[in-house]
Amino acid sequence: MEVFVISLVAATLRVATPLIFGTLGELFAERAGILNLGIEGTMFFGAFVGFWVAQVSESLWIGLLAAVLAGMAAGLLMAVFSVTLGVNQHVSGLGITLLLIGLSLFSFRLIFGEPRVPPSIRPFTQLNPFPGIPLLEPLFEQYALTYVALALVPMVWWLLYRTDFGLRLRAVGENPEAVDAAGISVFRLRYLALTIGGGLMAAGGAFLSLGQLGAFTYGIIAGRGWVCIALIIFAHWHPVRVLWGALLFGGVFALQLRLQIAGADLPYETFLALPYVVTIIALAIAGRGAAAPAALLRPYKRE
Amino acid sequence: MRFRLERSPAPYWVRPLIPVIALIITFLLTASLIVWADANPFEGYYYFLIAPLANRVSAIEVLVKSTPLLLTGASVAFAFAAGYWNIGAEGQLYAGAIAATWLGLTLDGVSPFIAIPLMLIGGFIAGMLWALPPVWLKIRLNVDEIVTTLLLNSVILFLVSFLLNGPWRDPISGWPQSPEIAAATVFPKLLPRARLHLGFLVAMMVIGLMWYVLSRTRLGLTMRAAGLGPEAARYAGINVKRTLLTAALISGGIAGLAGVSEVAGIHFHLIEAISPGYGYTGIVIATLGALNPIGVAIAGLFIGLIETGSQNVSRALGVPAYLGDVVQATLLLVTLAALALQNFRLRLRAPDAAAELAAEEA
Repeated sequence: MEVFVISLVAATLRVATPLIFGTLGELFAERAGILNLGIEGTMFFGAFVGFWVAQVSESLWIGLLAAVLAGMAAGLLMAVFSVTLGVNQHVSGLGITLLLIGLSLFSFRLIFGEPRVPPSIRPFTQLNPFPGIPLLEPLFEQYALTYVALALVPMVWWLLYRTDFGLRLRAVGENPEAVDAAGISVFRLRYLALTIGGGLMAAGGAFLSLGQLGAFTYGIIAGRGWVCIALIIFAHWHPVRVLWGALLFGGVFALQLRLQIAGADLPYETFLALPYVVTIIALAIAGRGAAAPAALLRPYKRE
Repeated sequence: MRFRLERSPAPYWVRPLIPVIALIITFLLTASLIVWADANPFEGYYYFLIAPLANRVSAIEVLVKSTPLLLTGASVAFAFAAGYWNIGAEGQLYAGAIAATWLGLTLDGVSPFIAIPLMLIGGFIAGMLWALPPVWLKIRLNVDEIVTTLLLNSVILFLVSFLLNGPWRDPISGWPQSPEIAAATVFPKLLPRARLHLGFLVAMMVIGLMWYVLSRTRLGLTMRAAGLGPEAARYAGINVKRTLLTAALISGGIAGLAGVSEVAGIHFHLIEAISPGYGYTGIVIATLGALNPIGVAIAGLFIGLIETGSQNVSRALGVPAYLGDVVQATLLLVTLAALALQNFRLRLRAPDAAAELAAEEA
């Protein structure tokens, strides 16, 4: 029983890792007042660029760095549309998702052709920073990026709630007019938020191709970006609750995998669909009365 | 001297030029990808835009490719017009495809005059049912419909996978695809020696009806009012919740028809890849068509041309067909930018006196 629970918690952390990155990335965007539906595409692009550059450079860390830079570029593109041009955020975000997925698939086909077996790399290994605790060995045996994701949660909280930058960022999502009146550039803050957010989203995607899978496949993100959009509402736009949301989804996902293996008497697709259904239900229960940043979806126009 | 973006309304002759300008910029931007694939961009555009229309067979194929896109475009435009962000046309299409397959496997030996209307009605209802939970959550619990419609797109793919690996797995081939639907449920062809089928007429009729509903009925008026501003619409005595419910369900039904059309007109059985993202392309089409039925028809046919063209480019020049996806997304983004920028003017001007004064004081 202990072994089962510990391996379940360990798997939960692994599944939650890309979601923590993605949702924290979206948190930056939405707290600044921009809904970035480019998240699914940005994660996909991060997974592809990370994989490609890691293969060419033969360094996983350079691949990760390239993915983060690519994600920041994607965030900048979203900023051009939503901040400078002030166009509809739903449509421009979905457009960026379609563009980045198309671009990744086009490049992948051009570089790697149509191999029967998808190309792979030797992925990040899991490491244990706390060796010597007998029962908990499997729990601490995680990818370095999982520890980074867990460390990011308090860091983002501190940045948002304990620094001037965070105060301004939150203010720009609530009342951009007041921020502007205080002599602070709304545009610069929103650009910054989207750029940081894009980098985090892409890191989440790269975790999948460079860590968990060690390969790039067409279904690598499979709606995880949309799950992040749901988690942020579930989390009431708060970084610590983001962690709980990601762990909930990760937990249900890890549990369904184990139920599948245990051979429960249901088609395995039922279990695969379970985390998505649980997310919708959680949203209906916990999302009620959640107040989105007041200026979300509202482009700022200085007259 | 410096450049400044100033806000000023566009002159009257700019608006009709926007699609042309957007198209030219899109092709300039995507030319780099064709060059990367070791092909000549001009040759690439020839295969993209001209070659598909150069002979009868491939010109008709453009209409075939447009059929599901016209339907998903109409579906999305119908919901967006009422301010309901249905991003779930993809899932609702699959719901329609499942219903069509079930009816197609059941209605053996029935007259086509009964079977085909039942297919259309069944697919419409299935699309409505898949669109129901998000809109119900939206109007009862105020749950954001974007998230729920997107998540349900993932859920229905698992349902399709379950059906194709379980009860509907083709017993003859053993592949994860359903057996063929009954002959009576197959859509009739519209032309000899071509794949064009009844679905295209259905799509055209849906777009015609959509024009009528949006511009000539009370429902259309309330929908557009709700789309422009729910608060103002409520103040004017419009039942916004009921309007959203109606718009969302009809939108889901139309997307369901796209699924029926692909099963009964093209594939004749259910496969997992029945839609390579037609529901998402519908968002591109609805936006390019400015949520206007005639605009949706033009945009749907044009994207059908790009879909056909991208396969031509792939076959003739070895450029990956995903180029078509990139072109569509780029066209969407460039059009959005052009529409926004038409109200700006780039001015070359000296810093004005007030700014100079402020600079001196600082």
